[in-house]
Amino acid sequence: MYTDRVIDHFRHPHNMGRLAEYSAIGKVGNIVCGDVMWLYIKVEKDAQGRETIADISWETFGCTAAIATSSMVSALAKGKTLDEAIAITNRDVAQELGGLPPVKMHCSALAADALNEAIYAYLSAAGREIPPALVRRHERIQKEMAAIEKRYEAFLKKDEAQAAEGPKEDACA
Amino acid sequence: MLKTIYLDNSATTPVAPEVLEAMLPYFRTDYGNASSLHALGQTARRAIERAREEIAATLGASPGEIVFTSGATEADNLAIKGLAWTEKQKRHVITSRVEHPAVLRTCEWLESQGYDVTFLDVDAAGRVDPEELAAALRDDTFLVTIMAGNNEIGTLQPIERIGALCRERGVTFHTDAVQAYGKVPIPVHAVDLLSASAHKLHGPKGVGFLYVRDGTKLLPLVHGGGHEGGRRSGTENTPGIVGFAKAAALAFGELASTPKRMRGFRDRLIDAITQIPSTRLNGHRTESLPHIANFSFQAIEGESLVMRLDEHGIATSTGSACSSPDLEPSHVLLAIGVPLSMAHGSLRVSTGRQTTSEEIDALLEVLPTVVEELRAISPFKVGDARCTPTE
Ligand SMILES: Cc1ncc(COP(=O)(O)O)c(C=O)c1O
Ligand code: FES
Repeated sequence: MYTDRVIDHFRHPHNMGRLAEYSAIGKVGNIVCGDVMWLYIKVEKDAQGRETIADISWETFGCTAAIATSSMVSALAKGKTLDEAIAITNRDVAQELGGLPPVKMHCSALAADALNEAIYAYLSAAGREIPPALVRRHERIQKEMAAIEKRYEAFLKKDEAQAAEGPKEDACA
Repeated sequence: MLKTIYLDNSATTPVAPEVLEAMLPYFRTDYGNASSLHALGQTARRAIERAREEIAATLGASPGEIVFTSGATEADNLAIKGLAWTEKQKRHVITSRVEHPAVLRTCEWLESQGYDVTFLDVDAAGRVDPEELAAALRDDTFLVTIMAGNNEIGTLQPIERIGALCRERGVTFHTDAVQAYGKVPIPVHAVDLLSASAHKLHGPKGVGFLYVRDGTKLLPLVHGGGHEGGRRSGTENTPGIVGFAKAAALAFGELASTPKRMRGFRDRLIDAITQIPSTRLNGHRTESLPHIANFSFQAIEGESLVMRLDEHGIATSTGSACSSPDLEPSHVLLAIGVPLSMAHGSLRVSTGRQTTSEEIDALLEVLPTVVEELRAISPFKVGDARCTPTE
């Protein structure tokens, strides 16, 4: 079901882990639905004085496609100017991987969203003006995450209740 | 290409060499239609009836009580719909939340047709409470369908007790025994209808049976030439049926040895895997099928775990949301109350008669490393019950 490029990135992911020093984090996804991606970026000025993504890394909880798209989005964004990085879409990520199964397209959306959120976090922390397109995407992403929280509210409450009770011996174990 | 270590035997099993041998003549030379009058046809007829007797013997049943089908999905459908269609007045069915989709979806379909279905909850190990079942029985209950052993977590149900309760109240009892047949003794005396499938015990795919206790009336799903006593039309799958009987004979011949070996593997898997930090066993430690063990690993996702193991030539499966077409986590894990954060990281390991001790060693050698690697790239850190990411 996966292309060779997906499997290759899954087996040998690029830029994984957490940067020792970073300028911002983009956090997307939710444990309840099982896909979470954190993207770390380090922004520096290049020789022409343009802000670029000097370094990038990620941590991902998710399927094969989620790990491969994390790897691919980091490879695509590394060394790009912020403007170029903002323009990277989930379709770019999926295309570079030779396509994804339809049911897995949301994993590539997650990767592109994480990049969007990292740049948004960087600009807003620096008190800078944020391009309207970036704001719109940020608002959509936040709304989707809230909707998922709501959908799984009952399960989350149960998880939290169990957490509050502390680890209990399994009846069966 | 390294040799695959196949630990997904509850999905399907390799056909045993003896089974394939037994089947081949019915493709090559004895290919007649069992309904034909000529010698070739009669050879096929005799082979099918011999197979029916052999399978009946494994259950202590009479041959007339065995209906061959295209598999257990059809057998489950025949049991549930076939019985419902004979009912004029009674409208109520009882089942559990942890049944195979072949039973769950069929019961939901009955619901859509105006029947009433009770889906019983299960305990933390996946067991139905017979008291709860007794309380759910109504005057218009005509069917109880509860599986013998669960295909995801291996938990055994109190079939004998449930059967006795049904008998007392005159309610027909069906059990999906697909995973239990040939692995653990089944109290057939307590059961009216029982489904099994050949490909789960080293037989071919596409053949199963429904045991129908004498006197239990069913309407057929498939109409046609009146095969199988009018209960399932269609030219009999002679090689498949012969293969099924051979596979059953092997399994029942080894009933004292193979399941014991499997249970030894399961115990070893549980002892070693639960040593990995923030890991749990899903299901019951002992009240279980011998060949299925299910675990959850905090902070990692099951699909990527299965894919990583596959890279090492080890075939397993998961009930994670990411691995299912509808992106929902396993209904069985949710029914036993596995927290969502843990339900995503499930792994099912299931052994077969071909599984060796060295193969278990190989899994136990790579698994901790693979789990560690995946945890290293996860934003979640283990230990926290809700598994919240840490900065
Ligand atoms: C418990 C259970 N019931 C039913 C089935 C369906 O069997 P079949 O593949 O023969 O239709 C399976 C296997 O997939 C199973 O594990
Ligand atoms: S992370 Fe769940 S489907 Fe990809």
